[in-house]
Amino acid sequence: MGYQLIEHIEVGSGGAASMEFTGIPQDGVHLVLKLSLRNTDNNPDSAQVSLNSDTGDNYPQIQLLGDGSSASLQGLTMGFIRLAIPVSTYTANTFGSAELYISNYTSTSNKSMSGDSVGENNATLGRLKIDAFSYTTSSAITSIQVALFGDNYAQYSTASLYKITAD
Amino acid sequence: MTDTPVKIVVDLSKPKGERESIIPLTDDEIAERDAQAVIAESERVEREAIATQKATDAQAGRDALVALGLTEAQITALLGA
Repeated sequence: MGYQLIEHIEVGSGGAASMEFTGIPQDGVHLVLKLSLRNTDNNPDSAQVSLNSDTGDNYPQIQLLGDGSSASLQGLTMGFIRLAIPVSTYTANTFGSAELYISNYTSTSNKSMSGDSVGENNATLGRLKIDAFSYTTSSAITSIQVALFGDNYAQYSTASLYKITAD
Repeated sequence: MTDTPVKIVVDLSKPKGERESIIPLTDDEIAERDAQAVIAESERVEREAIATQKATDAQAGRDALVALGLTEAQITALLGA
């Protein structure tokens, strides 16, 4: 079984509202998206990930969310996948790590996914998020959009896409 | 004048070295982005208000248990830290 980097994106000095992978090769079994992100503004505190440019309510999910004082569990269906990220008021020069695992991305069945992400902050108001997602579709995943509504990803934010192969 | 936001698009069907494009968002994309930002902010404010209320209620509950005569160690054993 192979674990291969397909491509890597890094945000330049002007920032970016979104990072996207298109034309994803269909010769793998699973996909892993690894992110290092930071918002240049105080809102929002999450990245919005969509698949195949689909922003319909096709992402049922269960999220376990914790901060410095409490934890909560919520089931919902949304038009995208949310991953926690640090905002501009969080600890300076600090990026949050996130990972999204997409299993059997070329199959004709609904896609099962898992995610973990952190809005890194050396204070009480930091966030940790663990999610189970599903994407309601019979289509293979050919593109991934990592968007930030309202402002920009900071310079040096990155997105790396890996594929897991059978050999 | 505010700079137009851009998206970085990597087309994996192209050869390495020719994949990345930096594309300005369209007016429709910008409008959608701004609308979603308003929704995200209201949800964040609501989430923080719920968390604050929950913390206030938890402290009031602990205070009530103290008034009933439980020790802090007993309360912690019951409720956690």
